[in-house]
Amino acid sequence: MTAVATLAASIRELRKDYVLSGETVHALRGVSFDVPEGDYISIMGPSGSGKSTLLNLLGCLDRPTAGSFLLGGEDVAKMNDDQLSETRAKRIGFVFQSYNLLPALTVVENIEMPLYYGGRIDAGTRDRCVELANLVGLGNRLDHRPSQLSGGQQQRVAIARSLVNDPRFMLADEPTGNLDSVMTAEILDLLASLNAEGRTIILVTHENEVAARTARTIVLRDGHILTDERR
Amino acid sequence: MSRGWRTLKLSIKSLLLHPLRSALTVLGIFIGVAGVIWLLSIGEGIGRAAEEQIAGLGARNIIVRTIKPSADEVQDAGYGLTRDDYIRLLATVPTIDKAIPIREVSREFRNGTRKFEGRCVGCTPDYAEVTRLEPRQGRFLTDGDLINQSNYCVLAAETADRLFPFGDPIGQKIMVDDHFFVVVGVTKSRAPSAGIGGSVAAEDFSRDVYIPITTMETRMGDMEVVMKPGQFQRDLKELSQITIQVKDRDLVLPTVDVVRDTIARNHTLADYGVTVPLELLQQAQTTRLMFMLFLGLIAAVSLVVGGIGIMNIMLATVTERTREIGIRRALGAKRRDITQQFLAEAVVLSVVGGLLGIVGGLLCRPISILIRGRLLEWFPEQMATLPEVVRTVEPMMVSWSIPLAFAISVIVGVTFGVYPAIRAAQLDPIEALRHE
Ligand SMILES: Nc1ncnc2c1ncn2[C@@H]1O[C@H](COP(=O)(O)OP(=O)(O)O)[C@@H](O)[C@H]1O
Ligand SMILES: [Mg+2]
Repeated sequence: MTAVATLAASIRELRKDYVLSGETVHALRGVSFDVPEGDYISIMGPSGSGKSTLLNLLGCLDRPTAGSFLLGGEDVAKMNDDQLSETRAKRIGFVFQSYNLLPALTVVENIEMPLYYGGRIDAGTRDRCVELANLVGLGNRLDHRPSQLSGGQQQRVAIARSLVNDPRFMLADEPTGNLDSVMTAEILDLLASLNAEGRTIILVTHENEVAARTARTIVLRDGHILTDERR
Repeated sequence: MSRGWRTLKLSIKSLLLHPLRSALTVLGIFIGVAGVIWLLSIGEGIGRAAEEQIAGLGARNIIVRTIKPSADEVQDAGYGLTRDDYIRLLATVPTIDKAIPIREVSREFRNGTRKFEGRCVGCTPDYAEVTRLEPRQGRFLTDGDLINQSNYCVLAAETADRLFPFGDPIGQKIMVDDHFFVVVGVTKSRAPSAGIGGSVAAEDFSRDVYIPITTMETRMGDMEVVMKPGQFQRDLKELSQITIQVKDRDLVLPTVDVVRDTIARNHTLADYGVTVPLELLQQAQTTRLMFMLFLGLIAAVSLVVGGIGIMNIMLATVTERTREIGIRRALGAKRRDITQQFLAEAVVLSVVGGLLGIVGGLLCRPISILIRGRLLEWFPEQMATLPEVVRTVEPMMVSWSIPLAFAISVIVGVTFGVYPAIRAAQLDPIEALRHE
């Protein structure tokens, strides 16, 4: 590669320690890698190896103990709480293993929710949310509550919600972890099409079949990168 | 849609997810706010009634009244206020505007075969104004009547109606003792004045006959003989009362001292008392203020209890909604957004409670009148034992109590909502998301 691809993110010597009742857990012990714009990365590794910790840092949900994390050129490690919130609201789409929808809100209201905090609500908002619901195949479930949907449908609502601010950078922590193989395939198709639009996607998974559909796989062990291979 | 409006809608929505809990919290504030308004209204009603009674005696007046000393102190020369006292007062106290010598005796009034027991009052023309008697027919006594010692009289409303049930009493004659008096006027009936302690007893003006005091002196003398079983009692006094009206309210208190000195100089017996309605009025106002403060304190306590209810609910809510907070934070909510959301919920609860409380407060008068009516119907004996003021109190809405109550409810909401709201915002997003 001679052409320098623009970097969506650049991670250098990232460390994260948790202090739990006096004992320090080194969840990440110095992780470095670059994420070019439009990359599709899977992160694998045994339980407790630091995958979620890494994804939370990439999602600006937490701050590293040491190291730097440049997101589109800005150092996230130096941001204050409000700036982190703003980055989450405007630039990052996050999909959780357990969906994390608000049970009291309808499908459309759940999709719309991040806009409250991005401050971009206008007359066209609802139309855009309906469009997103259509995109994930839930156009006929707009006013349902999460409890009235299957797991795969709920995860699709969560993906639609993560798209509402049109983020270039998407993160998913075991998005198919709770789903059967049919639904897993649906979700992976959806993510693949989002990646095809040019969005950068990083997901955490246990399953080789899931990792096989991504462009690059990073394997973690004990807070270190074991392998980093492009397919 | 503005940001504030969205926050408000969101908070109403969250509150409606737990309707019973929200309703109970609102109830706490409702009781507090309605309580503030009720207590202030009732306090105001009682206070006003007391002040009106006292004001009825005249704020510019000083009332000097004869008190009968104990039997062994009474001398043959008689007791009580004298005409000399009256003359001296007029001559030596320059701040006096009017002074009225009054002598009251019990008499039987007759018109042919009709008889009526009442009070015969010897007085001067100013009596009508100072006592606030208004003519129904004819006129009141005049200076001419006084100088001529005329046998003219003015009847109180009930006296007139009882002695002359059919015809017009003006120009007719009534008999008192063995004297004829020509009726020159009839007064309108007037609410009785309440006794206010001291030497001033309750006065019922309905059974009176007013005659010039000069005529009374000449025709009836100063001696009353009261027949009791087995004995006669002699009662010698010149005047029952001197009512003084001072030129200006501010001059009342200095004048009282001069009046006391002037009379004391000629009295060795404690056979008179001085009552100053203005002093009583000021006392009543202080008492009322204390009373209102006390009631306000009670209401404030109930509001604090309501506020603690809000805080309790909100804290429980924060724990219960930890996951929701985590989700919102993860999706970009700032600490400030979370604080605002929870604060808005607390304020909505207390404002709704406050508005309902104001409505409840406005119903104070009709409801309390209704309740009193019921109580009078069901427990007439017990009600009769209550003090007059309590039995007849009409709650008076205090205009400032509404903004006050509303402001208090908002303040309670904010005060007791701030801590839970801050607690909610301090939650770490990742920790909150892990919460089950
Ligand atoms: N909030 C936390 N407090 C303390 N220790 C934690 C916390 N989160 C994760 N850890 C620890 O950090 C290590 C990495 O955890 P995690 O990133 O969740 O692993 P994975 O997602 O790969 O299973 C584990 O040993 C875990 O116990
Ligand atoms: Mg994990």
